[in-house]
Amino acid sequence: MPKQKFEAAMQRLEEIVEEMEQGELSLEESLKIFDEGMELSRFCYDKLNQAEQQLKRIVKKDEGFQLELI
Amino acid sequence: MTDLYEPYISEHEDEHVYSVAGITREIKVLLESTIPTVWVTGEISNFTKHSSGHLYFSLKDADAQLACTMWRSRAGSLRFMPENGMKVVVQGCITVYEKRGSYQLDVSKIQPAGIGELQMAFEQLKQKLLEEGLFDDDHKKPIPPYPERIGIVTSPTGAAIQDLLNILNRRFPGVDLIINPVKVQGDDAAPDIARAIDEFNEYGDVDVLIVGRGGGSLEDLWAFNEEIVARAIYRSKIPVISAVGHEVDFSISDFVADLRAPTPSAAAELAVQDRQELSNKILWMLRKMHSHIKNRIQLQQEKLQNLVNSYSFRRTPDLIHQNEQRLDELTRSLKNTYKHQLEILRQRIDGRTQKLRVLAPESVLKRGYSICTRKHDGRIVRNANELATNDTITVKFHKGEADGTVTDVRKE
Repeated sequence: MPKQKFEAAMQRLEEIVEEMEQGELSLEESLKIFDEGMELSRFCYDKLNQAEQQLKRIVKKDEGFQLELI
Repeated sequence: MTDLYEPYISEHEDEHVYSVAGITREIKVLLESTIPTVWVTGEISNFTKHSSGHLYFSLKDADAQLACTMWRSRAGSLRFMPENGMKVVVQGCITVYEKRGSYQLDVSKIQPAGIGELQMAFEQLKQKLLEEGLFDDDHKKPIPPYPERIGIVTSPTGAAIQDLLNILNRRFPGVDLIINPVKVQGDDAAPDIARAIDEFNEYGDVDVLIVGRGGGSLEDLWAFNEEIVARAIYRSKIPVISAVGHEVDFSISDFVADLRAPTPSAAAELAVQDRQELSNKILWMLRKMHSHIKNRIQLQQEKLQNLVNSYSFRRTPDLIHQNEQRLDELTRSLKNTYKHQLEILRQRIDGRTQKLRVLAPESVLKRGYSICTRKHDGRIVRNANELATNDTITVKFHKGEADGTVTDVRKE
């Protein structure tokens, strides 16, 4: 998953709510960002409900860093 | 003649005549052997740190003063730097410096009087870094609100990591945790901690760092009061949360860090938001979006009504179909995601859909309107201009259809 996707999704969701509340959108635009908002909220929910926490150990090697599961 | 000198000579023959070195050596032996290692208290004056690393100063009180030296090998283990005027207790032994015929205290330890050595060191470093600007607010970086990868610098076996894991797991298990294991106490702890912070920065792919350890004595927590750790935190590009000891413990790390957490558990709470709260927040946003969409659909419905009322429902079948399809989709996705909370809303949408259906052409037909189409191409006729005499037309009623021939066209 790309870095900071959750943060970006939450920020976009907040923007969407704000845009809608400003009430300057056409129906089509509203429906479009509504769909986007639905998708983002589903993504965020999935992330929130991800059950398992992963603890990894970072190890510096000659060729760079490596993450090892503990 | 000789008598005159006799007493004089005999005087010298009876008593030993010392050389300067000889008597000095006597004094040295006497002093150094009879005065054991002692503690002496006084105020530091004439303090000099020689480029060789040796320290020279005097200890004085109201009535006397004592020259002191502290050799580099011992001065290196001092945790604070002595200053003129500082009241101290020093340990050492008296030595005689023969070349100058002076005695001095060969100092092995210096402790601040009244306050512990560590506190003194803490205050001194704090003052120094404060003046250098390491604690400045405008250097502090914001902590990201929704970190996905958290770097942890602590002992892999300490209490801190367990606390962090427990709370992070409870609040937001979707976060990835990456530990760079370090020693958190002992002489080599501080460089180890600094190295781990630097390594995370070199690696780069974490959103925030938690640096700390569980509670302990001031001695135990000391690594987090060392300059090397403070500097590593200061140069970190990744925001750092410092979490050292208990709530009452303040460390230099706390002052330099972008955010101080009173304990490792608190650091976990500051680092991630609670997933229940986040769920509520998302649900709240969904409701807002939903009520907005509802309003928009209502507005659209009114527009449709206007269109119908103005007899030009040219575009209505299209709009109705589009809206019905959209409502179906929304209803489906809403239902899937928030079955319970949004069931009521879904039913309301169904109600709207029903109302939209009332506005469909069929129901308009029911009210007595009809639709006229040209037989040869099936196009709906909206304007008499589209017809010519003798064209065949089909008229659709609420029930049934009829064909006819145009006998006359009256254009507007």
